[in-house]
Amino acid sequence: MINWTDKLSPQVKSIPPSGIRRFFDLVSEMKGVISLGVGEPDFVTPWHVREACIYSLEKGYTMYTSNWGLLELREEIARHLYNNYKVAYEPRNEVLVTVGVSEGMDLALRALLAPGDEVLVPEPCYVSYAPCTSMAGGTPVPILTSAENDFRVTAAEIKEKITPKTKVIILSYPNNPTGATISREELMEIAKVVKKHDLVVISDEIYDKLTYEGEHTCFASLPAMKNRTILLNGFSKAYAMTGWRLGYACGHPEVIAHMTKIHQYTMLCAPVTAQMAALEALQNGTDEMLKMVAEYDRRRKLVLKGFSEIGLSCFEPKGAFYAFPSIKNTGLSSEEFAERLLMEAKVATVPGSVFGVNGQGHIRCSYAASVENLTEAIDRMDKFLKKLSFCGEEACG
Amino acid sequence: MDKKDREILELLENNSRLRYEQIAAMLDMDQTEVENRVKELEEKRLIVKYHSLINWEKAGQETVSALIEVKVTPQRGSGFDDIAERIYRFPEVKTVYLMSGSYDISVLIEGKTMKEVAFFVATKLATVEEVQGTATHFVLKKYKQEGVILEDKEDDRRLVISP
Ligand SMILES: Cc1ncc(COP(=O)(O)O)c(C=O)c1O
Repeated sequence: MINWTDKLSPQVKSIPPSGIRRFFDLVSEMKGVISLGVGEPDFVTPWHVREACIYSLEKGYTMYTSNWGLLELREEIARHLYNNYKVAYEPRNEVLVTVGVSEGMDLALRALLAPGDEVLVPEPCYVSYAPCTSMAGGTPVPILTSAENDFRVTAAEIKEKITPKTKVIILSYPNNPTGATISREELMEIAKVVKKHDLVVISDEIYDKLTYEGEHTCFASLPAMKNRTILLNGFSKAYAMTGWRLGYACGHPEVIAHMTKIHQYTMLCAPVTAQMAALEALQNGTDEMLKMVAEYDRRRKLVLKGFSEIGLSCFEPKGAFYAFPSIKNTGLSSEEFAERLLMEAKVATVPGSVFGVNGQGHIRCSYAASVENLTEAIDRMDKFLKKLSFCGEEACG
Repeated sequence: MDKKDREILELLENNSRLRYEQIAAMLDMDQTEVENRVKELEEKRLIVKYHSLINWEKAGQETVSALIEVKVTPQRGSGFDDIAERIYRFPEVKTVYLMSGSYDISVLIEGKTMKEVAFFVATKLATVEEVQGTATHFVLKKYKQEGVILEDKEDDRRLVISP
């Protein structure tokens, strides 16, 4: 018999399993649950995009594309970034089409890191950054941003964590799980530190379009930052295309070439069907995308008002589709709260601690759900909270 | 009518059962303001009616619908309006549009049987003096109505929890 424990990579073994997994197993066995635990749009991909993909299949677009992705799509991506943020990328050597931001992140980290290099990861954040850093041989260094500052990382907090080994910082605004956005001024301060300490920025801007107040600032659009930034974005959120697995990475030709080297041997290219669909989304998808954004914004307001009425304190998320209320005054941990909320009130959320230790005391609620479901979920949470405070700590379990 | 009114109308058009408090929350408004605005929109008949879209076929209720192209001679003074009114006053008539193109008035009629609909066309519609001719097209199947695909309810296929 083969002993797999001996065979498996110790590096992968050392990575803890995702905290979401256990919750997923719990929820899957239950009926009648309203889920605010979903990290993707509740819209299906707009029909014109699906239809364009069907047409491309009929026309026989079933082959590999260039490793970089279809030139036409890269040109459209470059045009799009220029129109939105006035950042000019050369489609031929500064844009790489990837299998989602997920692959883009992995490629960027692997292209950059040597063993022992440190990557600053402001937390709470999306779950993949630290594990991908470790798997690329680097050392993730969490920056615990403060709830008082709505979890936006500050230049000072970054400075504090910089060592001679620091090579990269990952920025991710609008943020999953907090919904926080960051202003141009704050980013300018960060840019100063980045420049002074000669860092590379990986900026995951997958929620850029889902910015409800103020304007999103593309980090690469700041003075002198374009050449230090690997910009990651994709189609999953704005165009409701999570399952298509398509994104892109933009940056200096040298680093993009390095990333493309890994991509060509591990992925070859992103699926052509998804690339054809993405082309349609960029060319003709703005109206429907804006409608979806307007809809999220209404739900955002509905949820915030609901939370404040039931006494759940929550800072105002200005982007993505998450609210990150504090549950500290219940005396429960995130995990206990989320588990009891699920079992006793049948509302699924994700414990904030999954996204970093300072997510403890919070839960992530996605409002990518129907108005009826959101209203019902808030009702159920209200009853649950009342029961909690009525029972006190010992009486009920 | 301003931007807020338009947003209220958009929300209600899509779901007329939204409660005032929900609308108020979503549009960042005061609940009484929403109530007042809705009342005014109703009074001005910008909101004409709150209705439900029902799939009667699925409910087992057999109804017959027909789209009738009507060619008419317009009248001096009132053009098509008086003729249209004579037609749309019949309760069987569900929809009446004035059309460009090869005929003038489009009439959607509902009845219990094909015979009933045909009889209505022959006795009531075709006999209006200004009506030159009619062409009746029976509806065989309704796929989509008022922007809603009748059959397919796209289930939520997402995983219940994802990062
Ligand atoms: C911040 C963030 N980055 C990346 C991803 C993954 O994106 P993709 O579908 O493009 O791989 C997600 C998905 O939830 C996310 O929230």
